[in-house]
Amino acid sequence: MASPVTPTPILKDELDIVIPTIRNLDFLEMWRPFFQPYHLIIVQDGDPSKVIKVPQGFDYELYNRNDINRILGPKASCISFKDSACRCFGYMVSKKKYIFTIDDDCFVAKDPSGDDINALEQHIKNLLSPSTPYFFNTLYDPYREGADFVRGYPFSLREGVPTAVSHGLWLNIPDYDAPTQLVKPRERNTRFVDAVMTIPRGTLFPMCGMNLAFDRELIGPAMYFGLMGDGQPIGRYDDMWAGWCMKVICDHLGLGVKTGLPYIWHSKASNPFVNLKKEYKGIYWQEELIPFFQTTSLPKECTTVQSCYKELSKQVKAKLGKVDDYFNKLADAMLTWIEAWDELNPSTQLQNGK
Amino acid sequence: MSPPSLLSLAIDATLLNLHNISDLSFLPEHVLSDLFLRTLKAGKLTERILKIFIATEKEEVISMIQALNIQLVMTPVLPTSKLMSQVSIDKNEVDIVIAAFHSDLTSFLEEWRPIFSGFHLIVVQDPDLKEELKIPKGFDIDVYTKLDIDKLISSSNASMFSGYACRYFGYLVSKRKYIISIDDDCSPAKDNNGDVADIVIQHITNLKTPATPIFFNTLYDPYRKGSDFVRGYPFSLRSGVPCVLSCGLWLNLADYDAPTQSLKPELRNSRYVDAVLTVPKYSMMPMSGINIAFDRETVGPAIFPALKLAKEGKVRWETMEDIWCGLVVKVVCDHLQLGVKTGIPYVWRNERGSAIDSLKKEWEGVKLMEEVVPFFQTLKLSQDAVTAEACVTEMVVAIKKEKGRSHPELANAADNMVEWVKIWKEVQSRVLV
Repeated sequence: MASPVTPTPILKDELDIVIPTIRNLDFLEMWRPFFQPYHLIIVQDGDPSKVIKVPQGFDYELYNRNDINRILGPKASCISFKDSACRCFGYMVSKKKYIFTIDDDCFVAKDPSGDDINALEQHIKNLLSPSTPYFFNTLYDPYREGADFVRGYPFSLREGVPTAVSHGLWLNIPDYDAPTQLVKPRERNTRFVDAVMTIPRGTLFPMCGMNLAFDRELIGPAMYFGLMGDGQPIGRYDDMWAGWCMKVICDHLGLGVKTGLPYIWHSKASNPFVNLKKEYKGIYWQEELIPFFQTTSLPKECTTVQSCYKELSKQVKAKLGKVDDYFNKLADAMLTWIEAWDELNPSTQLQNGK
Repeated sequence: MSPPSLLSLAIDATLLNLHNISDLSFLPEHVLSDLFLRTLKAGKLTERILKIFIATEKEEVISMIQALNIQLVMTPVLPTSKLMSQVSIDKNEVDIVIAAFHSDLTSFLEEWRPIFSGFHLIVVQDPDLKEELKIPKGFDIDVYTKLDIDKLISSSNASMFSGYACRYFGYLVSKRKYIISIDDDCSPAKDNNGDVADIVIQHITNLKTPATPIFFNTLYDPYRKGSDFVRGYPFSLRSGVPCVLSCGLWLNLADYDAPTQSLKPELRNSRYVDAVLTVPKYSMMPMSGINIAFDRETVGPAIFPALKLAKEGKVRWETMEDIWCGLVVKVVCDHLQLGVKTGIPYVWRNERGSAIDSLKKEWEGVKLMEEVVPFFQTLKLSQDAVTAEACVTEMVVAIKKEKGRSHPELANAADNMVEWVKIWKEVQSRVLV
């Protein structure tokens, strides 16, 4: 190797770890060596009278439903109940630049040589190096050690753009939808694909919230996880919704999204029949949603994430309201979210995507 | 033909307005039965409509429902049927095309023997290579030399097949569906388990399983064993599109350009990424001719030796012909709803040439990409272009118009493309000896 590998900064004062939970936080024990330096934001879903114990030695703040209602007042209606979508409350109250979010059934995975994977470190590497959405590099992330841009890659595009989102993957239980789970209940993801890559501009993808990191200052307001769970006709589409909105906005503002490493070990397969009931509408609605997001365009006057998001909510109402009244409610909730975000984060109102 | 009856028209109208109807019990039985059958035929029997028919309690309709075993059960939407994880390879469908720049192919072919054995090989000798080729026994092989090129191609066009581009002559004369082509400085690579990567099986598998360019699957190729479409992937997109180009990768000496390799002379690719994925629609990529395979029948006319640099040479650092080709093919594929995959299989690329020497000689190609890439990224073809040839023909017009004057090498490339399509059509229609 021509140059020595520079160590990844730990960013312990610039990153918050947001964890939604309704059960317990036992999984944190396994993550202790990696998470201990960081501040945790726990969003407790479900019954607020239940006491969720946080393992000793972690620096954290915990919010239950009562806290969410108290802090947001009537605007709390935009935060889902009985769905991990409530995690986005954590993004809103964080004061840090970066967020890493993980599910409470995700554990440390091992790489092919048997070493524990420090998922957080890889996410940080992904976020701190540029993305390359304008031309596909066949050797994947050119900024990784041991890789570079291939022959034919225009030099003017080699600086890349800032990375807003780092989407990690999962070994063991893959993130399949209910029908696929029902057909292949025993399938496990055992393939470790040693790559990180930028998702090209104009391409949408299904963003999974299980193992995700992002730059809150660049894209935070777009990471609203929608109206899911209790009282809503749909569940398990929170991260999908956020991912599509986020990608459209990133493409518009010239920001990058990476996917691939790091892997975590996903241990718990949820009940596919329960999932089917939650996802059912989503499976049909996504046929309309994908063409909507693929053809949506934002006016060039929208230069901040908030203005892009507000514009998007207008288009959701106009074009998806006729698919189901749910989308009218969702569009309103999107606006409520932005209002709440701006209230809790007054200094970021003028932040733009640059 | 007799005009439709009033009853028939009334039933048609009912069918159109089914979404507004909540009660059908007033209809006479024979009309109801007719409506039921038409509803079935039109694919409009939803749960709600079925309930309305059942609520009429008319015997004929109920017995039809029972006879057809129509049930009010919520069936989950099942994933589209998957292809077998073991794709069968018909050796008669495959040609392996190698361009020979060195006369002694013995060690190269011996290395590849376990993988190439049983397949038909087309070797095209670089027209500038004077010595006769040395080829080991036991291969089903056809060799083409300058003589063959001159016989088939007019002298004005023969220069199209010089240097790296001589391999295209092999594509031209092949009669098979799939072509696999690699550079003659490549050896078989080993995967992460230490097994030799069989590029033939992997390339053909890539080509015979669908591509998914419209929406990105985060677990990469969903048709690979042990993988599938993830949550959030629309079901209507799960049957994919035909894959017509498979771009493989390289371990050891990766396909970097001369400036990069000169700057990092020690840089070697040791990372075996165990994935193949579809290059998304509208995303352009650099196609490296070092290790590719394609569906000749579908995109053959769009894979051609068109771009020749002023100081074009015989090492990959001194050419951009494959990059140009790849951009053309990607635009064609995006337009024709076809797919391009990239990733495995890997080959091991041996050391050859000097990046610095190449850099001193030729780097215009690197600069040219600045013009070429934006051009292809915004190129749109018309609805009338429904074949690869038609797409190429339209592209030629656009290239000449927008880049012809400022870049003579691109105007030449466009001319070559025109000639290629002509030659291609002519050769395909001939019965070759």
